[in-house]
Amino acid sequence: MAHNTTPPGFLLTNLNQIANWARTRSMFPATFGLACCAIEMMASGTAHYDLARFGMEVFRASPRQADLMIVAGRVSQKMAPVLRQVYDQMPDPKWVISMGACASTGGMFNNYALVQGVDQVVPVDIYVPGCPPGPQSLMHGILTLHDKIMDGELARG
Amino acid sequence: MADEPEVVEEPEESVVEPDRLLPADPTLLALIESFEDAEYLVSAGQDIVILPKESVRTFAEAAKSAGFEMAADVTATDYLGKKRVRFEVVISLLSVQHNVRLRVRVPVDAEDPTLDSITPVYPGANFFEREVYDMFGITFDGHPDMTRILMPDDWQGHPLRKDFSTGSVPVQFKEANQI
Amino acid sequence: MTNRRSEEVWISGTEEPDWLVAGTDEGEQKLKEHEEGGRLTEQTGTRIVDDVLYEGDEDPQERMIINMGPQHPSTHGVLRLQIELEGEIVRRVKPIIGYLHTGMEKTAETLTFMQGPTNVTRMDYLAPMHNELCFSLAVEQLLGVEIPPRAQAIRILLTELNRVSSHLVALATNGMDVGALSMMLYGFRERELILAFFEKTTGLRMNHNFIRPGGVAADLPPGWEVDVQNILDELPPKMAEYDDLLKANPIWLGRTRDVGIITAAECLAYSITGPTLRATGLAHDLRKSAPYSGIEQYDFDVVTGTRGDSYDRYRVKVHEMEQSLKIVKQVLESMPTGDYKTDDRKVTPPPRARIDESMEALIHHFKIYTEGFKVPEGEAYVAIESPRGELGCYIVSDGGSKPLRMHTRAPSFANLQALPILLSDSLMADAVASLASLDPVLGDVDR
Repeated sequence: MAHNTTPPGFLLTNLNQIANWARTRSMFPATFGLACCAIEMMASGTAHYDLARFGMEVFRASPRQADLMIVAGRVSQKMAPVLRQVYDQMPDPKWVISMGACASTGGMFNNYALVQGVDQVVPVDIYVPGCPPGPQSLMHGILTLHDKIMDGELARG
Repeated sequence: MADEPEVVEEPEESVVEPDRLLPADPTLLALIESFEDAEYLVSAGQDIVILPKESVRTFAEAAKSAGFEMAADVTATDYLGKKRVRFEVVISLLSVQHNVRLRVRVPVDAEDPTLDSITPVYPGANFFEREVYDMFGITFDGHPDMTRILMPDDWQGHPLRKDFSTGSVPVQFKEANQI
Repeated sequence: MTNRRSEEVWISGTEEPDWLVAGTDEGEQKLKEHEEGGRLTEQTGTRIVDDVLYEGDEDPQERMIINMGPQHPSTHGVLRLQIELEGEIVRRVKPIIGYLHTGMEKTAETLTFMQGPTNVTRMDYLAPMHNELCFSLAVEQLLGVEIPPRAQAIRILLTELNRVSSHLVALATNGMDVGALSMMLYGFRERELILAFFEKTTGLRMNHNFIRPGGVAADLPPGWEVDVQNILDELPPKMAEYDDLLKANPIWLGRTRDVGIITAAECLAYSITGPTLRATGLAHDLRKSAPYSGIEQYDFDVVTGTRGDSYDRYRVKVHEMEQSLKIVKQVLESMPTGDYKTDDRKVTPPPRARIDESMEALIHHFKIYTEGFKVPEGEAYVAIESPRGELGCYIVSDGGSKPLRMHTRAPSFANLQALPILLSDSLMADAVASLASLDPVLGDVDR
C-alpha cells in the first residue's frame, strides 16, 4: 500500500516534524497479546503480512523499551491492574491501539468478567474493530496512527 | 374340627426388593454393585451414577482400583428453583485401559455446600475443584489449596450461581433484543 | 479492579494509591511458607501431590521467588508463574491463572444453542473448529438428530486442517521460545495457506462459528478441491524444511532432549491428555477410542513417543500433522454428496430461497433465529480430540432454548497441572522450553 515516506520540504521543517517522522518510522510495540487477537497480531508480524516494512517487527518484551502498546484481546478484571502497570512503565511518548472488539468495548462478552473497553483503564488512541481484526485491519490502524502522529494531531511530550 | 374354616396355605412371603438397575459393562458393574446407595441410570446413551456425598471418597478410591485412572472433569451445576437439592457436583471418570466412561453426580445442598475432595485419589482434580469453589462456592475438604483460581482473590460472590447476575452493562439498543 | 471508581487515575511519579498496589498483590496465591521438614509424597503412580517438590534440607534463605508473567513474551498468553529459584534451578513453581477469564460459561446461559458456537469458539482460539464441533456434538446428543454424511465429512475436513494449523503455531512458538526464530516465520507462513482456505469457506480466518448443531453453516465453496489439494501439495516439502531446521539440530536436541520428562502414570493421575500423554508412550487418542463425526472410516495412525520429554512432544506434533494431512487427503477423495445440514427444520434453518415460497419455512427461520430451537431436557458430555488433548463439553438442558449449564472441559486447564512435574529441579531456561512444549492456550485455561 502506498505510503508517503518523505514529508514535503524535509530540510526546512521544524524539529517537531522531524521528531514525529522519526517516531513513526520505528515504533516498537510492547508485547501485550492476550487472546485471539494476539494470534492475528503475531500473524501480522510474520512473513505474509510483514510489519517489518514499517520498522515494527521488534516486539519489545520490556515496556521500558516500547512506545506502542497494542492491547490485543480481552482484558479481564484480574488483568486490568497489570495492564495499567505496564502502561505506566512505558516512557513518553507512548500510544495505545485497542485491537479487536473485546479491547475496544468488551466485545460479545458483556458480563462480570471483562473490563468493558480498555479505555476504562488506559487512554486509547486508535480502536481497531473486528473479531479478530485481520492483519490488514490492524495495519490500517497502525498506519492511521502513523498519519495522525505525522500530522501532529497526537502531540505527546 | 370340621367347623374350622379351611386354612389355605399362603405362599411364604418373602421381601421382594425392586430390581436395581445395573450396568451391563463388567467394569462398571463391578464398581457400582458394591455401592448400595449409588443410583445408576442411562441418559442420552451415557452412564451416570448418582451418589450421596458421604460416599464420594470411597467411590473414588474404588473407581481408581477398578481401572478408572483419570478424573477427566469435575464441575458443578446450580439447579436453583429446579431441583430440591440446589447444587450437583459432576465428576467424569475415564478408564483408558477398558475404554469406559462414567459420570458421577453428587447432590450438594445449599445449606452445607461442602464435599470431600477427590484430589488425594486423583491429583488431576486439583484445578477443577478450585474452579468449582471459585464459581459455585462449594468447598472441598482435604483439598491442598482451596483458593480462588479464575477470579481475583478479593472477588465477592460466586459467578456461576444462578443468583449472581451476568453483570452485563446496559448498552444502547440492547432492550430491543428482549426475547 | 473491583473497588476503584472509574474517574480515579494514577499519574506516574506520584504516590501509588492502595487500589493499584492491592490489585497486583499475590494475596491468597502467594507461595506458602515452607513447612518444617518439607515432604516428597509418594502416591500411586504419581510423584507429587501439590507444588512442594523437594526434601527441605537446603537453607531456605538462599531461595528467591520470582514472578514470570502475566505479561511476558514466552508464557503463551497471560499465564503467571511464581517460581522459587535456588540459583538457576527451579525448586517450586505455582501457575496462577485467571488473567483471561471471560465468563464464557455464564455467557453461554444467555445465548441460544445456535449462538452457542460463537461463544465456545473463542475458548481455544487456536483450534476454534474443535470447540464448535464439541459443542455441536453435545447438543446433537441431546437432540438425537442424525447428521448427514457430507456434513460429517466437512466437519472432519475442517477440524483436521485446524489441527495442522494449531500444531504449526505450537511448533512456531516452541521454536521461538527456544531460540529458533525462523521457525516462527515458517509456521505462520504455512498457516496462512490454511487460514486462506478457512476464510474462503467460512468467511473468517479465526473464530468461525461454522460448525453448528445440525451440521455446518454452509456448503463448501466451488473449487474447494483445488484449494485443499494445493494445501496437500505445499505442506509436505515445507515440513521437510522444518525437519532440516530442527530434527537433528544439536542445539535443538540439547535444549529439548530429556527436558521436561513426565511419565504415563503421572499423566493419567494428573488428567493430562493429548500430545503430552502420547509422547510418554500411551496410545490414547479419542479419535480411535471414541470416534466422532464419522472419523472411523478414515485410515490413520496414532502417534506415540517413548521418553515423554520435550523432544518427543515435538516429534509427536510433527507426525500428527502428517497423519492429519493423510485424513484430509482421504476426505478430499471420498467426500460424499448430499446435504450439509440435517433436514429437521426445527433445528436447522431452511434455505433462504424457501422463505419466499413457504410460510412454514418463514416461521421456522424466524423462530430459530430469535427464540432458538428447543433442546429436550437432559444432560450430555461429549469429548473429542483437540490438538491439546481431550476437549469435552457438558451441557445440561432444561427443555428450553438456552442451556441451563454449559461447561467445557478444557485440555490446557488440566495440562497445566503438569507444570510442577515438568519443571521440577530443572534449569530456568528449561522451564521456558518445557512450558512451550506443553502448548497451553490460555483462552482454554481461563475460559
